[in-house]
Amino acid sequence: MILKNIRIPFVIIATTIALCSCVPVKEYQKSRLNDGEMELSSRQVQKTEQNFQSYREGASGANGGKTGGGCGCN
Amino acid sequence: MKKICLVVVGIYIHLFAAFSQTTDSANYKPRKLKIDEINFVSSYYHQDGNNSAVTGGIGIESLHDYANILEVKLSKYDKYKYKHEWDGTIGIDYYTSASSDNIDPHTVSSPSHEDVRFYPSLTHTITNEKKDFSVGLTASYSIESDYQSRGIAANFTKTSHDKSREFSAKAQAYFDEVRIILPVELRNATTGGLYGAPNEHDYPWLHRNSYSSSFTLSQIVNQRFQLMLLFDLVYQEGFLSLPFHRIYFKDSSETTEHLPSTRFKIPIGLRANYFLGDRFIIRAYYRYYQDDWGLVAHTADIETPIKITPFFSISPFYRFYTQKGIRYFAPYREHVESDEYYSSNYDLSSFNSHFFGVGFRTMPPKGVFGIPEITMLELRYGHYITTNTLYADVITLNVRFK
Repeated sequence: MILKNIRIPFVIIATTIALCSCVPVKEYQKSRLNDGEMELSSRQVQKTEQNFQSYREGASGANGGKTGGGCGCN
Repeated sequence: MKKICLVVVGIYIHLFAAFSQTTDSANYKPRKLKIDEINFVSSYYHQDGNNSAVTGGIGIESLHDYANILEVKLSKYDKYKYKHEWDGTIGIDYYTSASSDNIDPHTVSSPSHEDVRFYPSLTHTITNEKKDFSVGLTASYSIESDYQSRGIAANFTKTSHDKSREFSAKAQAYFDEVRIILPVELRNATTGGLYGAPNEHDYPWLHRNSYSSSFTLSQIVNQRFQLMLLFDLVYQEGFLSLPFHRIYFKDSSETTEHLPSTRFKIPIGLRANYFLGDRFIIRAYYRYYQDDWGLVAHTADIETPIKITPFFSISPFYRFYTQKGIRYFAPYREHVESDEYYSSNYDLSSFNSHFFGVGFRTMPPKGVFGIPEITMLELRYGHYITTNTLYADVITLNVRFK
């Protein structure tokens, strides 16, 4: 049932990635991609925010962090 | 002539020596353990609202939390040229909660009204840089007066040879225990916490386990654009309610929250970062979430760092969240005793939230305030509001040393 309902967003995300025409980028061309602000993972400074959001909201996960444990709040 | 020859020979020897030095340093892998970076994160969080679950969905939700995290990252190469990295973290939170104080309002000293949470963790990652993959193990622990958690995780990461694509898989398990502290009026000789009873300070513990698989796929699209797809499967079992969340039924009788003993969650996320021109970066994030308690949520987040100089940026951000609540939720005095499950926890109700603020980040090449050991300083403030009266403020400071 759950898998049936998540089909739409999953298809959107998969299509977005599939439609992206990726071009090869050499190491010396990655100056912008290597900028600290371009990091794809969450930053240290966001840890507390993500913690309280996972307590105050019913949804959690898919942010590269913890998926359970550590507090009785959620 | 002799002089010119000597100069030419001298230059040649110098160039040769310089070239040799470059080649050596390129192949050199430090075998000694070195500190890559140390992060210190300190934050203050405050919230308030009028829907405390401790008092059945009504009452204040005031909470103050002071969190401090120290993270040390170390690395070294072994004799096989595998890179070993260790990431050790120690976190200490101190919090006061007015709503938890209402577990036992007569004493104003209920176990959760003021608490300390201590949570260390250690990750060891081994990377084979020739074959572009790494494996890692994490062990974590967390303890506070009414909750403790033991976690273990294993992860595998494979990077494409041109470093444009990366796939990562992680399996995590948390073995938690919840101390069953009931509201004072519901305690009896067998529950613990009854004044004067032999087991007054002896509360039972129940288990709550979480198992998850997390997958991420990141892809460089071009010189300015990269994407990451995140997908988790999470299964929880055990005591998933909280024992001090009161429920008031329509007929005024009272009990505590009762939720199913299993929960299956599926969150899917997409991150997209784009470098616009020379000064603007767009960091976007979307997440879809669904679980088998009927909760469906969407999260959209956008942050636009503006590089005032190459080493200083200002980042305004906005996050929108909306959720359709679980099917077992009902407000104060709207549940009936014939319900199979019940909760008046507004965190699980239907609502929207907005979170917005700004961050400042500086990474000067000569160090912050001219101190070379401080390589980065970041300060971030955010204000959070929900449509169910809750509001919060959070301010965080991250200082990085090297």
